[in-house]
Formats: sequence, structure tokens, C-alpha cells
Amino acid sequence: MDTTTVAALSGNIATIGYGLAAIGPAIGVGIVVGKTIESVARQPELQGRLTVLMYIGIAFTEALAFIGIATYFIFTAGQ
Amino acid sequence: MIIRLLVLVAIVLFFSLALRKRSIVPGRMQSLAEMGLDLVRVNIAEDLLGKKDGRRFLPLLTTIFFMVLIMNITGIVPLLNIAGTSVIGVPLLLAVIAYVTFIYAGVKKHPGAFFKNSLFPPGVPLPLYLIVTPIEFVSTFILRPVTLTLRLLMNMIVGHLLLVLFFLATSFFFFQADGLFKFFGIGTFAFGIVFTLFEILVAVLQAYVFTLLTTVYIQLALADEH
Repeated sequence: MDTTTVAALSGNIATIGYGLAAIGPAIGVGIVVGKTIESVARQPELQGRLTVLMYIGIAFTEALAFIGIATYFIFTAGQ
Repeated sequence: MIIRLLVLVAIVLFFSLALRKRSIVPGRMQSLAEMGLDLVRVNIAEDLLGKKDGRRFLPLLTTIFFMVLIMNITGIVPLLNIAGTSVIGVPLLLAVIAYVTFIYAGVKKHPGAFFKNSLFPPGVPLPLYLIVTPIEFVSTFILRPVTLTLRLLMNMIVGHLLLVLFFLATSFFFFQADGLFKFFGIGTFAFGIVFTLFEILVAVLQAYVFTLLTTVYIQLALADEH
């Protein structure tokens, strides 16, 4: 019996790589912002300090997503 | 290159025009300039570093903030349309400056003890230094400048790519697609406009974050050992 091809995909699997790489930072940024909102709801007078902390936290978390974008440029640089 | 020269001229012109005739009751230009200067001074430098150290590093932080801000804004200015910071040289230079500054601040404050404190944080059981020291080394001395560079650069590149995608799609739908597909062009055009506005937010936010992180690194270097 011959093997028949039911469906074929062509292209590079790497194109979905960034989608995968974005999952972690997305969850992380969500947690950071959500927790900040929760804290502000509990202690509205601390909003200023918490906002600064939130931005620092977001900056550290989203750096992973940007490393994800940069890998494309790194891995295709030599070709 | 031309964009960055333009930015230089724009910054110099703006501040010299805005602050030439300083008055107690500021005019529109002056209050705009003072708002930006105040943001860096009060909300970033003095808030995190304290009055004395904040003053010391204020010129550097102000320069970084306004340079990054105006260079980011060029990404959405019509006819310029590319951010001055979307070439790796600019963020890399700023990150190296921030790197040198926080090491300088640390070495100046704790001569001889800065590298020891940052590589061998006190209060850790002796065998754990095998794990802690490499992690601290990588995160403090390698990842900090790398992430500073990449964050700014990738934000600007991605913003530019998004705008290009939206407006190219608009052009395709309007002029080459046939039939009902032309209506998709309205959607992509609207999204292009919305993302242009979003890019303004990103530009300001990235300038703020870059300055804030530089300040935090300096603050961590200046902190007394526990």
C-alpha cells in the first residue's frame, strides 16, 4: 500500500518560535500588572511607588520577549 | 545618521527656545520643558537615589531620557518614519554608558568592596557561592547591558515593523485586491493609525524605562552592604 500524503506543510518551523517565546513574558507581565492593580486597590496611597515598581518588573519580564525576537537576527546573521 | 543629527538640532533648539526667557509663571513651551525635566529629577532621580546622589547623576539621567525620547519619537514623525534608536549603535552606546556609570558609582562608594559584594553577596552559606556567584556575575555584568540594549532596540524595530505591515496591507487592499477585499483596507488603515498612537506611548515608556533602569542599577551599586 502506498503512503499517501494527506496534508503537507512547507516553510520553516522557526516561524512559530516567537509565538512560543512570547507566552512566558505575556503571562509574566499579566501577573505583574494584575498584582499591582490588586495592591493599589488595597493600599491606594502607595500607588506612586507601586507604579514605579511595576514598570521595573515589566521591563525585566518583557526583556525575555525581546531576546526572543533578537534570536532570529542572531541565527540568521551568519547565513 | 541624518535623523540623529536632526534630533540633536531639535533638542538643542527646543531647550534653548523654551528656556531662553525663563519666567516664574511659565509659558507653554517652558512648562512643557519643565514637565520633562521635572519628571526625570523628581520622579526618577530624587525618588530613587535621594536628594544628594540624585543631583550627582541628574545630568546623565536627563541626557539619556531626552535623547532616547526624541529619538524614539522620530519613529512616528511623518517623512522621517524611522526611530533614531532602531540601529544597534545608539542603544548599545547608551547601555555602555549606563554600565560604566553604575560600576563607577559602586567602585567610588565602596572602594575595593564593590565587586566582592556584587559577586559574593554576604549572608549566603559558603557552599552556595558555587551557584550564586556565576548567576550574580552573569545577571549583573553581562545581562544588564545586553537587556538594556535589546529592550530599546527591539521595541523600536518591532514598532516600525508593525507600522510597515499595517500600511503595506492597506496599500495592497486598496490598490491590488479586488471586490470586497478592498474593505479590509479600512480596517488595516484604522489599526495603522491606532498603532501609531500606541507607538507614542511606547516611545515615552521606553525612554522612561531606560532611565529608570539606569537609576536602579546606580542605586543598587550605591546601596550599603547589609
